[in-house]
Amino acid sequence: MTKYDTFREVEGSKGFWTVFALFAAMVAVGLGAAWYMEHQGHWVTGMNNQIVWGTPHVFAVFLIVAASGALNVASIASVFGRVPYKPLARLSGLLAIALLVGGLAVLVLDLGRPDRLIVAMTYYNFKSIFAWNIFLYTGFMAIVGFYLWTMLDFRMRGYNKAAGMFAFIWRLVLTTGTGSIFGFLVARELYDSALMAPMFITMSFSFGLAIFLLVLLGLYHGTGRPVGDKILVRMKNLLGIFVAAVLYFVVVFHLTNLYAAEHWGAERFALLDGDIYTRLFWWVVVGLGSIVPLVLLFHPALGRRRSSIVVASILVIIGGLAQMYVVIIGGQAYPLNIFPGMEVSSSFYDGVVADYAPSLPEVLLGLGGVGIALAAVMLGVRVLRFLPDSLEDAQVDPHHSRTETGEAEAQPAG
Amino acid sequence: MSENRTTDEGRRQFLGGTLALGGIAVAPGVFLVNVAGAKPADQPVTDKVRWGLLVDTTRCADGCDACVRACQEENGWGGPDSNEVKSSDEQKAQWIRKVHLRNKQTGSTHSLPLMCQHCEHPPCADVCPTGASFRRADGIVLVDKHTCIGCRYCMMACPYKARSFIHEELHGQKVNAPRGKGTVESCTFCVHRVDNDREPACVEACAAEGRRALIFGDMKDPDSEISQRLKRLGVRQLRADLGLNPGVHYEGV
Repeated sequence: MTKYDTFREVEGSKGFWTVFALFAAMVAVGLGAAWYMEHQGHWVTGMNNQIVWGTPHVFAVFLIVAASGALNVASIASVFGRVPYKPLARLSGLLAIALLVGGLAVLVLDLGRPDRLIVAMTYYNFKSIFAWNIFLYTGFMAIVGFYLWTMLDFRMRGYNKAAGMFAFIWRLVLTTGTGSIFGFLVARELYDSALMAPMFITMSFSFGLAIFLLVLLGLYHGTGRPVGDKILVRMKNLLGIFVAAVLYFVVVFHLTNLYAAEHWGAERFALLDGDIYTRLFWWVVVGLGSIVPLVLLFHPALGRRRSSIVVASILVIIGGLAQMYVVIIGGQAYPLNIFPGMEVSSSFYDGVVADYAPSLPEVLLGLGGVGIALAAVMLGVRVLRFLPDSLEDAQVDPHHSRTETGEAEAQPAG
Repeated sequence: MSENRTTDEGRRQFLGGTLALGGIAVAPGVFLVNVAGAKPADQPVTDKVRWGLLVDTTRCADGCDACVRACQEENGWGGPDSNEVKSSDEQKAQWIRKVHLRNKQTGSTHSLPLMCQHCEHPPCADVCPTGASFRRADGIVLVDKHTCIGCRYCMMACPYKARSFIHEELHGQKVNAPRGKGTVESCTFCVHRVDNDREPACVEACAAEGRRALIFGDMKDPDSEISQRLKRLGVRQLRADLGLNPGVHYEGV
């Protein structure tokens, strides 16, 4: 049986605050990097007039996509009625909001004029998917905030299912919006596709769950609370399915392009001779970020090890960041086809693959966003009752009997 | 009955007189629009005109960059005295550039200037979250530097790579072309000149070189040179397949 009265704030141990200080330092360094870029101008970054969205966007979009995915654990509990996920729903909501705040912070701080945020809040062009996203993002935070309220306050529990359903639908729309930022760009061959929206949704499932698993295991391991294998096995199987689903969309995307002669050039760049982008795609996105995790998660022997789940989750995150890099920066690096059938050259880099190398401030700003998300989660679980005391099999599984698993499945010690 | 008729007649006379007076008052403005195309400074831009540019690539010489230099001089970007001193070549703004083309099948070569195509349905304006990228009623696409937040989504959306982002603090700007760090800019069709009944700097410079490869004018005026030539010649718009109906047309490619 799920026990709601066993939720408790985590202790503020020395180790806890040390890790928190690390994330806070990442935030401080990230803010410093943003201040430097804002004062100097973007000439200190690797970005230019060809690659206008660089590493900060890789981190920002990754975090925003992962944010909606992190909410899935809660959705599985409230929308799909899976009882074992119920104790995890609170952390799921908290992580979702925290990741979104982290991603948005990076996005905003990388603007050419971050001081004009108020302009973005007061002038709207409703034909712009960016403008819709401003509402989708702020709406997401408000809805998930309310959803959390229905979980944390027993008087509000009656609204839980409705709030969960609404949040689930909202997050699907939100990620559709994020994918469509690229899907709607008709002029760029490696973006222009309706597949971007569902592909981003599956990516959100995958990245969000990988981050959730790591945060969960980190918090429980760090605070000495027990986690049973049952809930982990459920989630790692789910992660494997999500990773495979992302691969499916990637395959369909490229196959569709490969069928059309007009896209052969772009596909050749993406899959064969795109240098860093090709290598990242095959080695990191497909190999390290998809195939290896699938083996780790589904191998009969390896798949049972907790370390496999941890390594697979880390690899999914690395693969996810690489995928964002390939999609966002690779998509810009391939030249626009303004004159089909012509060889083109100019002083403005027409017809050539654009150069881009991430600069240190950009990377630090991106990591600052990660710091914001993780520091916020730590603060959250410290001050409010987000985490159950125990996630032992008996706690999460209504049909669990001790004899099923036996003593062999000892819980990790703090 | 007869009283009513008298009143009606009086009203008609009054209305007729007012209309006549109004007509006399408005006529110079209408007349000016019809003849010169430019609007008087105190009147709003209307869609009675659509500014367009015809690029005759058969007259555009490979080594000539008079249009680019004129634009640099007029709007204060690039060139040997560029005020973008810290930006790399990849980061420096280019409002107009000469593009060299070679047909992969036939080997024929062309040279032409490429700049903002001033689309009827500009993707840059569609995607701009704040509406800073906008299209004037007369077809000129501009950036409002006061509401541009520097998100660069317009640069992602433009099919012609016509826009540039300012990567550093700028000094020594031209009064007619304010530019600012962290915002996006592109060809304005020399809107400050057009509004004062002059042609864009590139067009003037091309004519001064004796080439007249660039013809600027009101495409809605059937008697304008550009309308006449568009009707007569086999021109094309770049990426016409996207359905954006650019205001710039090319002949000979």
